[in-house]
Amino acid sequence: MILEVCNITKKFGGITAIKDTSFTVNSKEIYGLIGPNGAGKTTMFNIITGNYEPTEGSIKFHGQRIDGIKPYKIVHRGIARTFQNIRLFKSMTVLDNILIGFDYQASYTYLESIFRLPRFFKEEKRVKERSFEIMEVLGIAQYANELATSLSYGQQRKVEIARALAANPQLLLLDEPAAGMNPNETKELAELFFKIRDDFDITILLIEHDMKFVNHLCDRVMVLDYGKTIFEGHIKDAIKDEEVIKAYLGDFKHA
Amino acid sequence: MNDAIFTKDRLINLALIITTIWFLWFAQHNFDEYTIRIINNVAIFIILAVSYNLINGITGQFSLEPNGFIAIGAYVTAILTVDADAMLYQYDIEDPYPWVLAMQSNFGWALFLSGVISSLLALSLSFPVFRVRGDYLAIVTLGFGFIIRILAINSPEITNGSLGINDIPEFSNLYWTGGIAIFAVLAILNIIYSKYGRAMKAVRDDEDAATAMGINTFKMKTMAFTTSAFFEGVGGGLLAALLTSISPDLFSFFLTFQLLIIIVLGGLGSTTGAIIGTIFVMAGLEYMRFLDEPMNLFGFETEAMPGMRMVVFSLILIFVMLFAREGLMGKRELKDLFKKKKADK
Repeated sequence: MILEVCNITKKFGGITAIKDTSFTVNSKEIYGLIGPNGAGKTTMFNIITGNYEPTEGSIKFHGQRIDGIKPYKIVHRGIARTFQNIRLFKSMTVLDNILIGFDYQASYTYLESIFRLPRFFKEEKRVKERSFEIMEVLGIAQYANELATSLSYGQQRKVEIARALAANPQLLLLDEPAAGMNPNETKELAELFFKIRDDFDITILLIEHDMKFVNHLCDRVMVLDYGKTIFEGHIKDAIKDEEVIKAYLGDFKHA
Repeated sequence: MNDAIFTKDRLINLALIITTIWFLWFAQHNFDEYTIRIINNVAIFIILAVSYNLINGITGQFSLEPNGFIAIGAYVTAILTVDADAMLYQYDIEDPYPWVLAMQSNFGWALFLSGVISSLLALSLSFPVFRVRGDYLAIVTLGFGFIIRILAINSPEITNGSLGINDIPEFSNLYWTGGIAIFAVLAILNIIYSKYGRAMKAVRDDEDAATAMGINTFKMKTMAFTTSAFFEGVGGGLLAALLTSISPDLFSFFLTFQLLIIIVLGGLGSTTGAIIGTIFVMAGLEYMRFLDEPMNLFGFETEAMPGMRMVVFSLILIFVMLFAREGLMGKRELKDLFKKKKADK
């Protein structure tokens, strides 16, 4: 068990975005978080990454509580994320974007960089080589020196994933990675995620609306609706579940 | 990735440094006093502009602090280098405190201490300011500049009040100003092209994404702010030792405004731009002195209009903002220009 979410409730003023939700993610699993718009999926991501503090409940990563820790420190513990709307650093090249992920892993001090001492060169060389390794896996190495925002939408997604991988996570949170992609790209992306999981030895927690994609990819899913868990388990059972159908398509019987 | 010791970039940099040093040596020996003074001024303003650009352009935190830190640097250097007899003779309003008289050091240490004291103040300012997001830094630093000036006027035991400190030994020459300018530019470029500079740019581009990548944004902003305060303090010390007399009026908001023009004109976020902007503005201000004097326009004699050149400069700034918002260099550096040319071929 890598991540334990225990009885999380999140209130924004009078609105309850998430109500008493619990789930656990096993090591090297691909876990899906699905549900209609406004169900509280992204809020859940923001709680796990420390951007929001939960009103109640706790989150454990490798058995240690991480709720209440500053977001950047949670990254150092081994949780990285991507955003729903791609958020690359727009003035930087692809390589620099990915090097940002290595920021806390390159160990040289401020003065060592000002005076260009040996450790600066050694560490910079190391993280650059690692960056190229990651870019090779994602097939974006040829764009290394191009401005990140000059790439196509699909390539920008890959850069964002590469950047998150550079932060050396054990748990990767992906917020709608297949949004805005055509079926071919989606298929390619799913293969990529399997590869990432095996190559980098990581667990993936993802939010997605594309059911075919989720079906193909996820070992288990949780369905949220208005902040409440309405289903947890295998995706095949989820599509047959009455509550889930009701949440997605509306309540036919009582309409 | 290139492991060779002499890459093309490094050779170009080395050539530029050697040329600059040779130019400084040549200027000190051959140019007249007036030209040397302008070059001194340009060198000091390069230090100020490049460091101001680090917090404003690279880290993207809009601040209006330089005049405050320059003032602190100038006063620290003045107090440390003017000897006790000269001080007692000058301080008419109140007698100086004994510790003010006792503090003496050579010029190098005075400059270093100017920088250290400035950066310590910046460090203490950043704790309240960078805890919140937004443009609070601009407001706080604007106020900070005013407070420093008022403190300088109202503590005559230390600063000799509005009379200012005179007879500061004229230590600044092209070796000091030029040498420190070269060091400042190299240091700041080395910061920019390291993980710290990348993180600062990340904070500028998207603070949330930077946090999500494990960057302590508070720390990065504080580092940039403290570093620029250090060099502004040193620059202030050099300015004091160049002008030989300082008073609170010298460090009004106008000084910050001038630096802001320089970095915006050169291109926010470009160190090369800050250097070019400095040369452009400082040389331009000297060249346009004729605007302030009586002129003969097509046979009509006009009266002297002091301040006319600032009007013209403000107009230039407005036109830059309207038609070339990125400034002369945008966010590009010298080496990006070389790359661009290669790609065009």
